[in-house]
Amino acid sequence: VGSPAFLSLQRERRCLGVCDGGQMQTVTLIPGDGIGPEISTAVMKIFEAAKAPIRWEERNVTAIKGPGGRWMIPPDAKESMDRSKIGLKGPLKTPIAAGHPSMNLLLRKTFDLYANVRPCVSIEGYKTPYTDVNLVTIRENTEGEYSGIEHVIVDGVVQSIKLITENASRRIAEYAFEYARNNQRSSVTAVHKANIMRMSDGLFLRKCREVAENYKDVKFTEMYLDTVCLNMVQDPTQFDVLVMPNLYGDILSDLCAGLIGGLGVTPSGNIGANGVAIFESVHGTAPDIAGLDLANPTALLLSAVMMLRHMGLHDYGNKIQTACFDTIRDKKVLTKDLGGNSKCSEFTADICRRVQDLD
Amino acid sequence: MTARCVRSVSGSLQLLLRNRWPKVYGAATCSQKHTYTPPPAQYGGRHTVTLIPGDGIGPELANHVRELFRFCCVPVDFEVVNVDSTMASEDDINNAIMAIRRNGVALKGNLETNHNLPPSYKSRNNLLRTTLDLYANVMHCQSLPGVRTRHRNIDIMIIRENTEGEYSSLEHENVPGVVECLKIITRTKSLRIADYAFRTAREKGRTRVTAVHKANIMKLGDGLFLECCKEVASGYPEITFDSMIVDNTTMQLVSRPQQFDVMVMPNLYGNVVSNVCAGLVGGPGLVPGANYGEDYAVFETGTRNTGKSIANTNTANPTAMLLASCLLLDHLKLHAYANMIRRAILSTVTETRLHTADLGGQGSTSEVVQSIMKAVESTGPRTLSL
Repeated sequence: VGSPAFLSLQRERRCLGVCDGGQMQTVTLIPGDGIGPEISTAVMKIFEAAKAPIRWEERNVTAIKGPGGRWMIPPDAKESMDRSKIGLKGPLKTPIAAGHPSMNLLLRKTFDLYANVRPCVSIEGYKTPYTDVNLVTIRENTEGEYSGIEHVIVDGVVQSIKLITENASRRIAEYAFEYARNNQRSSVTAVHKANIMRMSDGLFLRKCREVAENYKDVKFTEMYLDTVCLNMVQDPTQFDVLVMPNLYGDILSDLCAGLIGGLGVTPSGNIGANGVAIFESVHGTAPDIAGLDLANPTALLLSAVMMLRHMGLHDYGNKIQTACFDTIRDKKVLTKDLGGNSKCSEFTADICRRVQDLD
Repeated sequence: MTARCVRSVSGSLQLLLRNRWPKVYGAATCSQKHTYTPPPAQYGGRHTVTLIPGDGIGPELANHVRELFRFCCVPVDFEVVNVDSTMASEDDINNAIMAIRRNGVALKGNLETNHNLPPSYKSRNNLLRTTLDLYANVMHCQSLPGVRTRHRNIDIMIIRENTEGEYSSLEHENVPGVVECLKIITRTKSLRIADYAFRTAREKGRTRVTAVHKANIMKLGDGLFLECCKEVASGYPEITFDSMIVDNTTMQLVSRPQQFDVMVMPNLYGNVVSNVCAGLVGGPGLVPGANYGEDYAVFETGTRNTGKSIANTNTANPTAMLLASCLLLDHLKLHAYANMIRRAILSTVTETRLHTADLGGQGSTSEVVQSIMKAVESTGPRTLSL
């Protein structure tokens, strides 16, 4: 018991006899590196305790060189994702001088993950200077400042190109309004810097306005990036859903994560074309505590809850989230980064117990 | 050879040499280069300063500055240049730029940019900064004693590159529906701003400079910026230099802002970080900002807001603009006046019952200014009667 073969067998086993009205849905699980495997196990245990109708298919995404010399993810991983359409991913190691681009980038390109959604909700029981934060940042994930197009014009002069296209802007705006409507959110704010970047952010803004016309039930406002930052740190309760291009999204989503307590407790989801969605924890692999049963599975667990909601399994999602928040509020079995000194397995066991009690 | 001949030969030699060897920044050049002298005070020892009221709350705050200076008998005369930001022609802003060239120093309110106008209408503020080459934007965010904020003991100096980066306003649409916006980073300007940051850190006795960047994604652009900072850092061994990625920086700022000392960064990140820091210490009404160039200096509020929604309601917080005018006085080497006014402003800010709406109080702008004038009067020097 505990050998890799046995554990992987356990993970692949079907959870028969779980049906309480819903059929089993397959989810591709990518444990990742470092603390990835242990937090993935924790999440699977909690889902089992909640009797969620999820069948996990574990896959590895180390890059391999495909025909034609281009780096790609292993074909079995791609096939599994294409079939199940839903993925849950742990933290992946960023390769330095490995010759291939980052795995996150590869996944993004393979599945055209165009929207990064980060709901930031204050966790009762994990105190930060900011309370009552309840907002969602929706970030365009494919273009913008991160197109990676850079040139050295002459020695000492570098230009980076920020690309904004009509299609991508329209797509992200539509997703943002759909999300707002489906999750009973009252307003969507477009964040931009069109006073300086008139054409690019102007195009983004125009597309947002056009899409807003079709969603009259959701309030639409626009705000400059600097004003959003200024107001966010003074009063985050005034914001609801924020939609923005890539760079501003990167900065603002991390800013909001900081408001609720950091990347260790923040869920994140990436929505792609063709109905693909990959939910992930955005913290690092923490190699220094890997394998020591000290990791905090909250981020991956909350991402899994986001996944359940995306799949329509709101009851299970709420049950698991309530159990998780109750454990944190109780403060008896917190992991080190949350201020306690319990082990990951103890934290997980407590949540499992609460989930079963909630039934 | 006559003296004049010798001078001209050495002059042309100098030109030749200057073009051949790039400027080297570092400890060696800093001491000989920047012994600053303010623009000369003419006409009876009085300085002339360009005043651009701007839009929104700008004009009323500019009036308060003038009122306060007149009351304290500060030897500064303001040359007011009104810039109408609704006009398509750039004559107004060019007049303002000419006035600043003439006087060397300016105090300005923010000029509104209507972002629904086509790209041919450039941001007036940006035009002013790039034309006058005001390369360094300096904002000093400090926790003030009377102001209640979530974080205490913040003391961060933000030095932001002010002329290039994402604000180059170079955009084009090659294919309909696809817009490209160029972000330019140059070695010269990066070295210049890094040198400014380290020099300022040294002058103010600061021990740590943090460069904020996104070089993991924008490897060439921000990579160049980071390289330049490292190069300059080697010339200042007593100052610790480290770097941080911008998203991590914002996260750290909202959880533990006390860890930062001096921060240097390109234009857009500077915008984000300076607004976050201003929010952390109490809001846009409290922090002054300064834009320094080789030959000119322009002072304004740190977060550059027009405050359209509260214009002419007598509720704006004048602290930021008045502290900016103190920075102006420091720049003109009128330190006695600057310190006197600054002390009065800071003593008024600690008075909670005079806080304006942005600080959660119900005081009005004029009440705050009156209180500052009373504080100045009570410290003793010659003033006009209240």
